[in-house]
Amino acid sequence: MRKVQNNGAWLLVLPVFLLVAFSAVIPLMTVVNYAFNDSFGENEFFWNGFDWFKEVIDSDRIRGALWRQFLFSAIVLLIEIPLGIAIALTLPKRGFWASLVLVLLAMPLVIPWNVVGTIWQVFARGDIGLLGVVITSFWADFNIGRDPLSAWIVVVMMDVWHWTSLVVLLAYAGLQAIPEAYYQAGRIDQASRWAIFRFIELPKLKGVLLIAVLLRFMDSFMIYTEPFVVTGGGPGQATTFLSIDLVKTALGQFDLGPAAAFSLMYFLVVLLMSWVFYTVMTAMDVEGGTQ
Amino acid sequence: MLELDGIELVLDGQTFLSRTDLVLERGTLNVLLGPTLAGKTSLMRVMAGLDVPTRGEIRWNGKRVNGDRVQSRDVAMVYQQFINYPAMTVYDNIASPLRIKGRPAAEIDRKTRAVAELMKLTPLLDRRPQNLSGGQQQRCALARALVKEAGLVLLDEPLANLDYKLREELREEMPRIFEQSGAIFVYATTEPEEALLLNGNTATMWQGRVTQFGRSTQVYRNPVDVTTARVFSDPPFNFWQVEKRGNRIVFGEGQSFATTAPMAALPDGPYQAGFRAAHLELHQHRAGAVAFTCRLIVTEITGSETFLHLEHGADRWVGVVHGVHDLAPESLMSVWLDPAHCYLFGPEGGLCATAAYAMRN
Amino acid sequence: MARIRLDNLAHTYMTYPRDDRDFALKPMNVEWEDGGAYALLGASGCGKTTLLNIISGLRAPSQGRVIFGDTDVTECPTAERNIAQVFQFPVVYDTMTVRQNLAFPLRNRGMDPTRIRNRVQQIAKVIGMEAELDRKARGLTADAKQKISLGRGMVREDVNAILFDEPLTVIDPQMKWELRTQLRRLHQEFGHTMIYVTHDQTEALTFADKVAVMFEGRIAQLGTPEELFRKPQHTFVGYFIGSPGMNLFEAEVDGRQARIGPHVIPLAADYGRPEGRVQIGIRPEFTRIAASGGIPVDILRIEDVGRHVVLRARHGGVAVNAILSEEDTLAEGATHAVFDPAEIGVFVDGWRRDPVEGASA
Repeated sequence: MRKVQNNGAWLLVLPVFLLVAFSAVIPLMTVVNYAFNDSFGENEFFWNGFDWFKEVIDSDRIRGALWRQFLFSAIVLLIEIPLGIAIALTLPKRGFWASLVLVLLAMPLVIPWNVVGTIWQVFARGDIGLLGVVITSFWADFNIGRDPLSAWIVVVMMDVWHWTSLVVLLAYAGLQAIPEAYYQAGRIDQASRWAIFRFIELPKLKGVLLIAVLLRFMDSFMIYTEPFVVTGGGPGQATTFLSIDLVKTALGQFDLGPAAAFSLMYFLVVLLMSWVFYTVMTAMDVEGGTQ
Repeated sequence: MLELDGIELVLDGQTFLSRTDLVLERGTLNVLLGPTLAGKTSLMRVMAGLDVPTRGEIRWNGKRVNGDRVQSRDVAMVYQQFINYPAMTVYDNIASPLRIKGRPAAEIDRKTRAVAELMKLTPLLDRRPQNLSGGQQQRCALARALVKEAGLVLLDEPLANLDYKLREELREEMPRIFEQSGAIFVYATTEPEEALLLNGNTATMWQGRVTQFGRSTQVYRNPVDVTTARVFSDPPFNFWQVEKRGNRIVFGEGQSFATTAPMAALPDGPYQAGFRAAHLELHQHRAGAVAFTCRLIVTEITGSETFLHLEHGADRWVGVVHGVHDLAPESLMSVWLDPAHCYLFGPEGGLCATAAYAMRN
Repeated sequence: MARIRLDNLAHTYMTYPRDDRDFALKPMNVEWEDGGAYALLGASGCGKTTLLNIISGLRAPSQGRVIFGDTDVTECPTAERNIAQVFQFPVVYDTMTVRQNLAFPLRNRGMDPTRIRNRVQQIAKVIGMEAELDRKARGLTADAKQKISLGRGMVREDVNAILFDEPLTVIDPQMKWELRTQLRRLHQEFGHTMIYVTHDQTEALTFADKVAVMFEGRIAQLGTPEELFRKPQHTFVGYFIGSPGMNLFEAEVDGRQARIGPHVIPLAADYGRPEGRVQIGIRPEFTRIAASGGIPVDILRIEDVGRHVVLRARHGGVAVNAILSEEDTLAEGATHAVFDPAEIGVFVDGWRRDPVEGASA
């Protein structure tokens, strides 16, 4: 809509703009600079064109990390979204218990990443960790330091534990916004519990689920601290996700050029995927409206 | 004085208002009457300055105000939803526009109390909006609009969310409140009866266009076209096809009636005849009344009146008659119409001959 | 389909109600015949929605029983009561087509697909949505969605009752006429027991064979529209039904006359000498304005509402309204309100008093 605006108000945005420029735009430009140049220190740069990008794309190691990253995000989304909705559906609607459960659910969300990692590192140890001990009792080969499957199971469980609550809270808010009349109509039509979910709750949750999927995708795609603390990316390369790989390249090997090119492409992939999710889900919406 | 000169509003390729001219005088009450999505709210948004018209000019007291920001305009607005500040008392709610303007405390107090008295809110000044009934909440919102003493007060279906009886009471008070203020009031409604009760001017709207503007009773009795007649009619306006031959109006299988004075000078040819539901009668009250044979679909009895839903050939008619008439549905029956109550519209829908009775008023 | 009986039903939201005032619904006994069209009419907060929720099983009454046919359903959940309900705002399943929406209640009951198909087609025809059957429900207009809700309510042949909770709230006036006719036709065609809750007297009176006017948690009167209009049992009914409501005056009644201050008003029958707070009431429809007789009034305003004229006047501090026909003109010097004796009601402490038996001859 065209609106009459008070242009003076833009001045109020200026401090934020400067702050963002300083904290985001300038570092990003530095990355761009590194991505297209080669440097041997001393602040001397040589134009290197797209060579770093080619190198990154051709690298089997990075391809492997990318594939693992997609697999990880897909698994995490497939577990967390349905699980989050399921938990939200079983929560009490109002009253003391509702508040209490919400507070308890929100707990994992406020724990720092590296603490979460440390907790699960200890938790999953076969000798002293509760989880590790329990699993080892029926699966002797369980060992996150040696067995890739074990490592994956723990990393996925950790992420599910840490972030499902976010989906629960979003879905819960969405469910609360559905007018009571819809449920009454459902009961009167003798709709089954599944039909109520399928035809009333799910359609009304679409908006918040879009947000949940986007947030969880972006976050899981950029995950670093927790798996790094738990497995260090191992065993071998088994849990080396993109950002772990990136840090190894940039800091471990000090290959700034490839790391910068890598970062830029990483950024673009996240952006592209988010756009795809958004477009697909809103298109589903529009299609429903015009059909 | 507010002048809208060739206003058009197109947003994202969708036309919300098409070429609208309107002149509203100081101290008048102007109703925008039309169904949902007819453009009432769009027109109000343009008047308020919330939307900038795509084409045309808005003048406030002769000065062009297109694109002036809302805050600097002399406007107050009341919405269909009861919008008040929930954390403030009724007193603070009413006083808020004056406080924003930074008026002296004594003046704020005096004006707030005066408006509260006018809106019958004096006993409720210390309450908060959520502890009030819907009617009281809307009174509070109205009071806030009035206290501002704005030159232009916009009311967007202010009574739509109230109970029938409350609506009736507030509606009765409205003209009295308007009279005490010198502002231009613009009042949007979907209800023809409300437009008439408010006793001012009416602009009938249809598909983003003002079809007619004038004194409410004048527009009601002399609609310029079929669309206006339909919009300004509840129960719906009734129509049927006729042909003028000399001094007779002929229709159906050889039925006819003599032309009335406004019809006499019209050229011969096909016309669309129309009349209001209240003018249909169950008996031949007047000599010269025309008889129609209709199929009765449904009757609705309110106790004082009976609504008849009829089929006349392919046309659907509604009649309102006094008293209780319990008639068998799906039966054929005769109804009468005095030709003095009959309007003639041309093939394009424009009015050709007004009803003879409307010329007397 | 079934007769609905409320047996000594009452409801309170409090755990330990002390007296009558703590009851949202005061004890009541009501019987609604099988296949009738009924309305619950009242202002917000009068208990009508509580009563509807008790009938539909969304709320359990504090005392008394709800009986459908011969079955006590007081303890049954909504799904087992076999009722249909249409809500204030259209409740449709957005992701389904119109056809799927209409078929939904039948599919849930495992009905044979060909029977569902035929039934849906039949209902679609009655609500006039055959052409849109395969469209998605989302994106339809409010009135189309409300038609779907109506259709979904009608689609089951075996329902005990169809409940309507202010179903026309979001509908434009012109469209209301169409939907109301459709409702009446549906009732004529299928003969369901229908209960319609509203604050809008026109909707209640036109819809129902019998209307229950509710007031502070009790049914003030259950009667036909004509009874409510001509013989209101309580002054509240007199005020609430009619637009404007009944004129009421404090009076002394003695036999066949009433006295308002010094003015003597003849009555049509002998009412004896009632004690208590005595009022007489007369509808504006039966009030005339003449040069003499009746009571003197100050004429305040004349409202031209189109199909009739409302004259607003005062006698002392009491409002006196009269309804005149569209073409009546007020005679010069007419300053007295004159009442039709046959239509005057006598009320003692709010309740209607019948004439003394045998003394009227």
